[in-house]
Amino acid sequence: MTENILQDTALITPALLVPLLPLIGFIINGLAGKRLPKSITGWIASLAVLGSFICSVSIFNALDATNSINIDLFNWITFGNTSIAFGLQVDSLTTTMLLVVSGIGFLIHLYSIGYMHDDEGFTRFFTYLNLFIFFMLILIMGNNYLMMFIGWEGVGLCSYLLIGFWFKNDAYNDAAKKAFVMNRIGDLGFLLGMFFMLFHFGTLDFDGVANAAAGLDSNHILIVTITLLLFVGAMGKSAQIPLYTWLPDAMAGPTPVSALIHAATMVTAGIYMVVRSNVLFALAPHTLDVVLITGVATSVFAAVIGLMQNDIKKVLAYSTVSQLGLMFAALGLGAFSSGMFHVVTHAFFKALLFLGSGSVIHALHGEQDIRKMGGLGKYIKITYFTFLIGSLAISGIPPFAGFFSKDEILAKAFEQNPLVWGILSISAMMTAFYMFRLVYLTFNGNFRGTEETKKHIHESPAIMTTPLVILAILSIVGGFMGLPAVLGFTHRFAAYLSHVTDASKEFLPHAHHLSHATEYALIATAIIAAIAAILYARNQYVSKGNLPVSDEQALPVLQKAIVNKFYVDELYDKLFVKPIQVLSELFLVLVDKLIIDLLVNATAWFVGLTGRTIRLIQTGNTGFYIFAMVSGMIILLVIRLFI
Amino acid sequence: MENTIQTIPQNWYLLLSAFLFCIGVMGVLMRRNAIIILMCIELMLNSVNLLLVSFSAYKGNSDGQVFVFFIMVVAAAEVAVGLALLMSIYRNVASTDINVLNKLKW
Amino acid sequence: MSQTIFFILSALTIISALGVLFAKNPMYSVLSLIACFFTVAGHYIMLNAQFLAIVHLIVYAGAIMVLFLFVVMLLNLNAETEPHKTSKIKFAAVIAGGILFLTIIASLKAGIPGAYHLPVKSNIGLVEIIGQKLFTDYLLPFEVSSILFLSAMIGSVLLAKKEKR
Repeated sequence: MTENILQDTALITPALLVPLLPLIGFIINGLAGKRLPKSITGWIASLAVLGSFICSVSIFNALDATNSINIDLFNWITFGNTSIAFGLQVDSLTTTMLLVVSGIGFLIHLYSIGYMHDDEGFTRFFTYLNLFIFFMLILIMGNNYLMMFIGWEGVGLCSYLLIGFWFKNDAYNDAAKKAFVMNRIGDLGFLLGMFFMLFHFGTLDFDGVANAAAGLDSNHILIVTITLLLFVGAMGKSAQIPLYTWLPDAMAGPTPVSALIHAATMVTAGIYMVVRSNVLFALAPHTLDVVLITGVATSVFAAVIGLMQNDIKKVLAYSTVSQLGLMFAALGLGAFSSGMFHVVTHAFFKALLFLGSGSVIHALHGEQDIRKMGGLGKYIKITYFTFLIGSLAISGIPPFAGFFSKDEILAKAFEQNPLVWGILSISAMMTAFYMFRLVYLTFNGNFRGTEETKKHIHESPAIMTTPLVILAILSIVGGFMGLPAVLGFTHRFAAYLSHVTDASKEFLPHAHHLSHATEYALIATAIIAAIAAILYARNQYVSKGNLPVSDEQALPVLQKAIVNKFYVDELYDKLFVKPIQVLSELFLVLVDKLIIDLLVNATAWFVGLTGRTIRLIQTGNTGFYIFAMVSGMIILLVIRLFI
Repeated sequence: MENTIQTIPQNWYLLLSAFLFCIGVMGVLMRRNAIIILMCIELMLNSVNLLLVSFSAYKGNSDGQVFVFFIMVVAAAEVAVGLALLMSIYRNVASTDINVLNKLKW
Repeated sequence: MSQTIFFILSALTIISALGVLFAKNPMYSVLSLIACFFTVAGHYIMLNAQFLAIVHLIVYAGAIMVLFLFVVMLLNLNAETEPHKTSKIKFAAVIAGGILFLTIIASLKAGIPGAYHLPVKSNIGLVEIIGQKLFTDYLLPFEVSSILFLSAMIGSVLLAKKEKR
């Protein structure tokens, strides 16, 4: 992979500027933000990210897809024969992520200027946001696992800070803590994986690890262990079963945060990590099976929960979890570039949907319950149309972006295992259904809120709608970079990434290619299924005018379970939280109070006693002190002489 | 004077300074007047100075004399502060007897 | 010749030092300490430390002892006001001093400095040499000592000042 490292130094400056600019923005806003006027801080942050985006574009233009830049800034940790560099690298995979992170990041910054306008933590918000972008860029630009881990932890921290952004609300703080702790479980896996790599391969460089691993047998126990541990890290960060519960709660943060961190960028870090380690994963088919099963299960499970949610952001959150599951399923099938493709298109339309929901919430002054919305399409037209485009894209209606990436994954699934294809298709259908349930309940019919709110419904300012429009356009055309081969196009996205993903090709089993007829049939099935789901949603919520029931109403058992998210949170509470609390109580009484306190108190008592005794020597008589001093001198000399 | 060093063994100077030092110590232990005690401390400092000068002479190195110079500086400062302290103590208790000064205890 | 001078000077030094101890009147103590300092200056000259001898006289005899004299006179101390320790304590002090002297001598015996056969330089005590050292190798301590003086000056003025009640 490293044969053609670019010697040309012209790209090093923009490559360094990419993470540096948000860091500078963070430092300016973090240190001097209170003294700067509010309007400037938002623009400083936005322009810093825009600068990163411009640098990323210039790198994208200048860097050939088969080349990579490797910048070792300095030797960071050296012990024995091992040294870990503080290094960055840029190749086609990195560039893809750079463009997504800095591009969407900039749009969301811009949007936030409008959305957070009246918030007292305006400057703090942008400070955190810039810090997040910085860490995210470090995550995707690092040239070894440790650098990635720095970014990994950094975005976790920023995620924590931003979920708990309105820290005066206890529930929000709890959500932030939950996200942090859940991520920590995953991080432990990542960390252990790194230790294994360091111990057995003696390096953490991506290339070094991949080369070392390529020498081992397929399904070697070591590689399976490492990849499983790395996948645990990915589970935590990318919200897969069983560590997904933090993501819906993370919606406590401001909506732009949900769009940026919990939909478009940070949660896809797990996918990025797996793609980055594609050689390792390809060498461990057992792990790929685990990834596939987890991904498929998460995809369906989250989609089912999404069917019954009534909070506009919660629906989108479960949809994100479901889509992430879909991406992991693609990775589990060994279709690394397809997974990345879906990451990119998903970033477009999910950021769009979240920002659109933010615009709705903004219009309704903080109302998030879709049962109290309805008919908004008449009042906020731009939001409505862009949201509709996003929904069409996620549902997989051609020619919107989601269709191409989702269809590609489904085709790959059918190649290997029709059962997987079936489950994923059902999940895709459910996605189409709940997205249009959301659209119809929010924008169609009559307004169900209070008259007071109705009077104040207003379209968001231009600074918020512009990003919506840009993202909508991207959601429409974004899929064209990966047109399926069956329609007679070359898959440009896969070709661009091939430099990175080809490394694992030789280790993957060769699946038989589908005939064109089968592919056409699959595409047709997917489109028909999506349209059927949308029509069913229309039938339910527009024609029949059904409404989701209120919280108090009794429900059949299954529906009740879905509304309550299958009681997973309660289960975790019973299984993990409560036992730990009981154990803590026990240790508090037995160990802390009985043993440690006793030791501490005994020490204090002993010190007090000796102090009380020895202070009697201090008579206050100066003559005695002098005498003692002289005696001391004599004793010292005697010791020096005779001992 | 150049033959001093040839005719007098250095041990004699060592003995002399040791004796002077011990006289100083004895004085500190024996007298109760704080001013005399301060003077005895000066005596001890001088014995050390003498020792340093003798070593400097016998080694042919003037660094020892520079140190004596600094000791003098410190001694002068110490006496100035010490006497000022004694003045203010005397003003309060009308005595320089160190047995009166036994308030510094628990 | 030098040996004779050494013995006479040493005897005078020790006698005047003992005078400091045993004088009943603090005034006599001060005066005998001044005498002691003069004899020590004599020793310095014998050891080729001419500059230091002069400085010693100026600083100790000239400044420090005058200060002592002033204080003794200011406080009006004399033989009558002098506190006395019991002879038991005096005895103990002499014993302690004696033991200290013995141990020091013993330690000298243990590590007797070897004879120095270096070419003897007679000029090491001259102003030129000392000044050279002081303003090159020891410039920083020299400057710092001036700060020490300043703080001592301020401190003593502050301490000796009458407190406002």
